[in-house]
Amino acid sequence: MEKQPVTPDPKGMDRRQFIRHMALTGATSGGAILAGLYMWQRQHFVPGFQEQSGISLPSFITDKMKPQADLGVAHGYDRIQTTRAAIDALGGISRFVSKGDVVMLKPNVAFDRPPALAATTHPESLRAVAQLVLEAGAKKVIVADNPINSPAGCFLKSGISAVADDLGLELMYPEQSAFTQLQMEGEILRHWPLFYRPFEKADKVIGLAPCKDHNLCSASMSMKNWYGLLGGRRNQFHQHIHSIISDFALMLQPTLIVLDGVHVLQSNGPTGGRLSDVKEVGTVVAGTDMVAIDSYGYTNMLGRDIANLEYIHKAHERGLGNMHWQDMIVKEVRI
Amino acid sequence: MSCGSDSCGCRSANENGGGPESASPVTDYIAKANKQEQPEKKGPVGRVVSWFVNTVVADMRITRVRVLSQTFFFLLFLFFVIITDLRYLKGYPVSLFLELDPLVAVATAMTTGTVYKTLIISLVLLLPTLLLGRFFCNWICPYGTLHQFTRFLFGKRDEQWQIDSNRFRSLQQLKYIILVAMLVAAAFGSLQIGLLDPICLFHRSMSTAILPGINLVLPDTFYVKQFFHVGAWLIGAILFFFVGMNVVIPRFFCRAVCPLGAFLGVLSKFSVIRIERDPNKCIDCDACLKNCQGASDPHTQLRKSECFVCFECIEDCPVDAISFSFMPNKDHEVSNPPMPGRRTAMASLFGIAGYAVARASGASDSNFKKEVIRPPGSVKEDGFLERCIKCDQCIRVCPTNVLQPTIMEAGLEGFWTPILNMKTGYCELNCTLCGQVCPTGAIQRVTIEEKNGRGDFAEQGPIKLGTAFYDRGRCLPWAMETPCVVCEEVCPTSPKAIYSREVTIRKRDGNKITLRRPYVDPSLCIGCGICEHECPVKDHAAIRVTAIGETRSQERRLLMDGGDPSNLLDLVKRNR
Repeated sequence: MEKQPVTPDPKGMDRRQFIRHMALTGATSGGAILAGLYMWQRQHFVPGFQEQSGISLPSFITDKMKPQADLGVAHGYDRIQTTRAAIDALGGISRFVSKGDVVMLKPNVAFDRPPALAATTHPESLRAVAQLVLEAGAKKVIVADNPINSPAGCFLKSGISAVADDLGLELMYPEQSAFTQLQMEGEILRHWPLFYRPFEKADKVIGLAPCKDHNLCSASMSMKNWYGLLGGRRNQFHQHIHSIISDFALMLQPTLIVLDGVHVLQSNGPTGGRLSDVKEVGTVVAGTDMVAIDSYGYTNMLGRDIANLEYIHKAHERGLGNMHWQDMIVKEVRI
Repeated sequence: MSCGSDSCGCRSANENGGGPESASPVTDYIAKANKQEQPEKKGPVGRVVSWFVNTVVADMRITRVRVLSQTFFFLLFLFFVIITDLRYLKGYPVSLFLELDPLVAVATAMTTGTVYKTLIISLVLLLPTLLLGRFFCNWICPYGTLHQFTRFLFGKRDEQWQIDSNRFRSLQQLKYIILVAMLVAAAFGSLQIGLLDPICLFHRSMSTAILPGINLVLPDTFYVKQFFHVGAWLIGAILFFFVGMNVVIPRFFCRAVCPLGAFLGVLSKFSVIRIERDPNKCIDCDACLKNCQGASDPHTQLRKSECFVCFECIEDCPVDAISFSFMPNKDHEVSNPPMPGRRTAMASLFGIAGYAVARASGASDSNFKKEVIRPPGSVKEDGFLERCIKCDQCIRVCPTNVLQPTIMEAGLEGFWTPILNMKTGYCELNCTLCGQVCPTGAIQRVTIEEKNGRGDFAEQGPIKLGTAFYDRGRCLPWAMETPCVVCEEVCPTSPKAIYSREVTIRKRDGNKITLRRPYVDPSLCIGCGICEHECPVKDHAAIRVTAIGETRSQERRLLMDGGDPSNLLDLVKRNR
């Protein structure tokens, strides 16, 4: 555009300019008033005591076919075969996973440890279940955990990411944006950040827990495994550890649980650290009732007296499962 | 660059199909390529390729080659910065730019008398500088590229201003004063070049301020969990200051501050090939100053120490009076840096005085601070100050965010060196990444077996960073009748250095409660700090690690028999 020469006007601005100017001023002040009124916070609140809300997890129990047994127990030292046999004892994976399902696998990858130290879910355990799930026609398999140590190191050194790469499983890191608030009516657990992103897509959830000693609550098995779904200040959980673990049984109803006791961390848990902390037991249990499974694991894998495991009694009394696995249908196979 | 030499591959293309009228083998080859391409329909890739061929290759001036080189090295630098993360780090030489930096190698050689491991490759840069001058500054240095690009984007004004802004200023002496003071301090064992060395500075800024800053704006881009760094604002502000100064004085940092540039400037004295002006052709129009990067006076006697060998003057000269010449007339140059002897003496005094005054606070000696917990594999404190270049690569690669740049914890000399801050992270047991990326061996490249005293190193035991102590007044089971022992749970050693004893106490309300109360076994504690990091008493943990007991220094050990393996093995046996 050509520059217009400036001509002095004794009368000031013309009508057109005046209208445009006033319109602009009016629009700006009007906008300020509207914005102010719109964003006007008339009430104060007490910081830290606002009303809380959040989501709850749906049930992932499948009602496709009833399993042939309540617990499938397989004894053997080849992890892949033993894990397969335990699930087959329930009637096979097809009772739990349908064609086209998105399946979330939750291993325990809490620590930055090599698999031999038995502080994390063994990669072969993950491989066995992931292969079964893929054979059953699953569309996608998600592997997710929120470790205690730094996530990248945990996934790498536990051997979990190698299996995920190998089988084409989707590894989900506990990134900031992956958390949503959970709301539930637990004994202690009510409002807490939940690693929700894997659940957004998952049709089925399978827990893959190792059987481990634990310094405070005596044992970390399939119920304690769900600790890795939560974020936030988890270090407070220890103040009510048994209530919290029993709340996990209320928080989530998984499709299937696999408890791996081929190698069991018997001492210095949950971190372990030496091969002498690990004992070869050679058992894998599968089932849907995590209370029964943990009760079995505590008695037969760790070899301890179930009377001492407070959270199992709590969960049993709250009707979240049955700790008396002896009264249930247990199908045992030996490889 | 002309393509006339016999060795050039374009010649064969000319012979095989070039018409007699073709001006040069390159244009001929391109014309041929274009002719062949025309009948085909071009896809997007074809279009990009032909654009590249027509605009970049066809007009392949040396300054374009230079811009390509700068772009390549800048992107390579960014690539290395971004992949310095356990998830992507697959044996890439992520500290390459630091290892190529001759000032890092020379200064650490002055402090320690050695050239650590891969620092030897700095010869790859040092030797060509002796022949070509400061080409590094305008062909490779990613920080220089950042400045030039900022200037290109935001600093454009009218031509006369541009010419005047590129005249030599006496301010350019400053970098030599900085260099001399830092090297003199280095001779006394205080390594300070990293404060202003461009590669260290750029790495530090990216690791502690820029990447965490981007991750705050765009979550989950660089970190699984947001990283925080102490004093990031200061490091970021310094970066923005130097970048912003380009609008006032073009390449202010490179011309006036950069100690690496000063060092290369001193070396440029020996270069055998340089920019040369033919005074008989020159019409004194000063057009050569228009884009001069170094402010090196190409319009008169060239200041060799200031010239970045950017070739802009050759391109801007309307009468082709400037060329890049081998061994030109000595009278046409200023060979030495603009640094009179008295200034050098003054700078040396600064160096001596700076060293003496900083060391006199005793922060590296008897007055050491409990917060100065150094990464695993660190050499003892005075050696650390001889080696650490404050590049903060260790801070970038640390997977837990435990490493933080110091402010004054390690004294003035230790400014921006790494320490462990258990509030932001903890030291991962099976991790030695900090030592792997450290270019100078301030953190030695120890293996995981050496760090944890396993395998062949079981006799000497693990590297200890410090020792954990309970603050029983803040500990939940000790002071507040509440169960906890998260510290024991996460303690990574086996047997655990933290153990607990069961006690049954009568609570305030009269009810009995059975609790486990934790203790530290100092012979097993390695000072990793995960107990402190995971302690629910977040603001000032009930268990805290301090530097005492660190194995890197005999003077700072705690237990007399702490290094005696027989005692440790006895305990291992007892616990079994």
